[in-house]
Amino acid sequence: MVTKARASKGKGRKKEAAGEKRKAQARKKSPETKAQERPRIGVFVCHCGTNIAGVVDVKEVARYAGEKASDVVYATDSKYMCSEPGQKEIIDAIKEHKLNRIVVAACSPRMHEPTFRRAAQAAGINPYYVDMANIREHCSWVHIQEKEAATEKAKDLVRMSVARARLLEPQEKIKVPVRKSTLVIGGGIAGIQAALDLADMGYKVYLVEKQPTIGGKMAQLDKTFPTMDCAACILTPKMVDASRHENIELITYAEVKNITGYVGNFTVTVTKKPRYVIEDLCTGCMDCAEACPVEVPNEFDQGLGSRKAIYVPFPQAVPLIYTLDEDTCIGCGACKNVCTIEAIDFNQQPQEVTLEVGTIIIATGYQIFDATRKPEYGYGKYENVINGLEFERLINASGPTGGKLLRPSDGKEPRSIAFIQCVGSRDENTNLWCSRVCCMYAIKNARLYKEKHPETEIYIFYIDIRAFGKGYEEFYKIAQEEYGIKFFKGRPSVIYEDPSTARLILNVEDTMLGRKIEVEVDLVVLSVGMEPGQDTETIGKMLGVSRGADGFFLEAHPKLRPVDTLVEGVYLAGTAQGPKDIPDTVAQASGAAARASILMAKGEVEIDPVIAYSEKELCIGCRICERICPASAISMEDRKAVVNEAMCIGCGLCAGGCPTGAMKLRHFKDEQILAQIHAALAED
Amino acid sequence: MAFEPKIIAFLCNWCAYAGADLAGTSRMQYPPSTRTIRIMCTGRMSPVFILKAFAEGADGVLVAGCHPGDCHYVSGNYGAEKRVKLVSDLLPELGLEKERLMLRWISASEGELFSKTVKEFTEQVRKLGPSPLRKK
Repeated sequence: MVTKARASKGKGRKKEAAGEKRKAQARKKSPETKAQERPRIGVFVCHCGTNIAGVVDVKEVARYAGEKASDVVYATDSKYMCSEPGQKEIIDAIKEHKLNRIVVAACSPRMHEPTFRRAAQAAGINPYYVDMANIREHCSWVHIQEKEAATEKAKDLVRMSVARARLLEPQEKIKVPVRKSTLVIGGGIAGIQAALDLADMGYKVYLVEKQPTIGGKMAQLDKTFPTMDCAACILTPKMVDASRHENIELITYAEVKNITGYVGNFTVTVTKKPRYVIEDLCTGCMDCAEACPVEVPNEFDQGLGSRKAIYVPFPQAVPLIYTLDEDTCIGCGACKNVCTIEAIDFNQQPQEVTLEVGTIIIATGYQIFDATRKPEYGYGKYENVINGLEFERLINASGPTGGKLLRPSDGKEPRSIAFIQCVGSRDENTNLWCSRVCCMYAIKNARLYKEKHPETEIYIFYIDIRAFGKGYEEFYKIAQEEYGIKFFKGRPSVIYEDPSTARLILNVEDTMLGRKIEVEVDLVVLSVGMEPGQDTETIGKMLGVSRGADGFFLEAHPKLRPVDTLVEGVYLAGTAQGPKDIPDTVAQASGAAARASILMAKGEVEIDPVIAYSEKELCIGCRICERICPASAISMEDRKAVVNEAMCIGCGLCAGGCPTGAMKLRHFKDEQILAQIHAALAED
Repeated sequence: MAFEPKIIAFLCNWCAYAGADLAGTSRMQYPPSTRTIRIMCTGRMSPVFILKAFAEGADGVLVAGCHPGDCHYVSGNYGAEKRVKLVSDLLPELGLEKERLMLRWISASEGELFSKTVKEFTEQVRKLGPSPLRKK
């Protein structure tokens, strides 16, 4: 969407910049960009306590800047530049020494550039007259043992920064309107919570879920630790709330295909898969499923139970609309024959829906570790080795066995069970991270089974028990002391099956007592961890949101911006960002909703004016820029390139590719970068 | 004293620069050879920047951006790849070794890779000796 304010402002700036350029050319390589205003640069070197000053000789850097770097009229050092007194020092110095550019040599600009821009503005100079030299992350912290070399590097970085500051130009932030609507991707507990919070605030929410129902993984769980609430009992009311909320539009059995635009103005394309059931007509009466002759394993029960080709995943599904699975349907028409309201339509086609939203919350969740990747535990080979999620379904009253845990091999109740922790987690060969829930869910499941069958022998084999949440340690203690569950610190090396009994033999080293033990059990439950959901990569690429080394989405800052992403207007909720339990997921989801609401409540957002413009006098109409622009923001007018500033994303590809230098990227102009290169290698 | 190369590093704001920040936060040590220039996207790279760096006497130039497919601006890194290749082919004509120019994809979470890249590249350039275009 083109915003008028932005386009007109841009035009004004373009004219001004073009005028300056002509002046600059007339002066022939003058270091100044404005004849009337000679740069008066202030340099502020931060100690950051001892973070910088412990390695870099900050006084020497400030002295050097003051004496050697041209146009520097004031240089100083201070303990914490970002602190209130530090900022005041900058503001006072700007006023006192009539500074018109400042260089702050401190941490990464990705950390505190906004802070110092605010300080500059408070002192009455344009915030884009600030440049930062990163002498912490890129210097003192990585050259701890090389103090002299680090000090020399810091001087160079400051000199480069001064060279750039000298050529900086004032910029106006661009204000763009923010639509008061959100796309929530993923309808698990995280997505539901975020959607409900935003909808309650009065914003329109589109909740898109890939499966036929919302509810996610939480709907599959039995009881939840440490309170032993039944997952369905606490989740399904929220699912219903989400479906009934006037501000929430549920789009289930659908996938996000494409996202374009930018903060405040995203355009989303969603493809709804054909259900072959008319959503508005289906009453969820179940006649079709009863008539359907096809039985296939039910994904909701982890394949342990069965469903029909036309089905709802579970009885409390929201929306309660049947879905015909085209991969398993044999086309007999039995369902259509029994559906008296004629809701079945075999001719349905995939449907594309376009949504216009201001903000986006990613709540795509996790998938469980595939235990066949640890062949030594025999998952997939021995019938009586199951994973934690399968156990949840087997003890669940609505599960395939009606809540009676039966051994897969013979349908008998196990008299002994071994839980193995950290399967695929904290393991150099698979995943290095701790999944944060496995200790607790194993203890919870052990307690649940022990309550019903006190005579059962239950073993938990672990590396460490991580019971860190509120009430978790207490929950674990009770399992140990009152339930008689046996905890062994040691991970089994291998599991064998006794083919005659289908019982399992585990060899473990009890590392506490330093002895080898052998245990024979009826059932082994592998406590598999969390992995990034299947769609993490696709969604990440669509939005330009980075993923960490573990594959989960990367937050903007691990401590201070844990629900933001580096893409403005896009937030993270739940396990899409990393393993977490239900309370943390819900808290983060509410956090994401609150963060998204800030922009929408304001109704507009300021974005960096780092966008391109072309200088007509220099443009030869070669159209290279037009061809390479990834945002299709460049067009030709009178055989000269023109940038649509509302569409420009500011990558600078055009500026780098322009053969005459006609294309410029604001705040990252050729002369600014060339000055930095020069200053890096030579004193002026 | 051993020759200490000077390397100009062009890092994109979203991936490589953030990766370098992470290397710092994680205190991953590497040689003090690089002088970083932050650009929003490696797509901003102009062949002129690399040539200018060498002309001014840089011993090496490192360009690092987002992994293919991960570019914050869709396809800026592909543009960078083409331009770096172009300059790389020119270097021998200027009497410089191709090994003085390196392009790497480093994500925001790859602090370790950043540190490793600087170590390796510094060593590579050190073996080549000072740039023949170095002043003094």
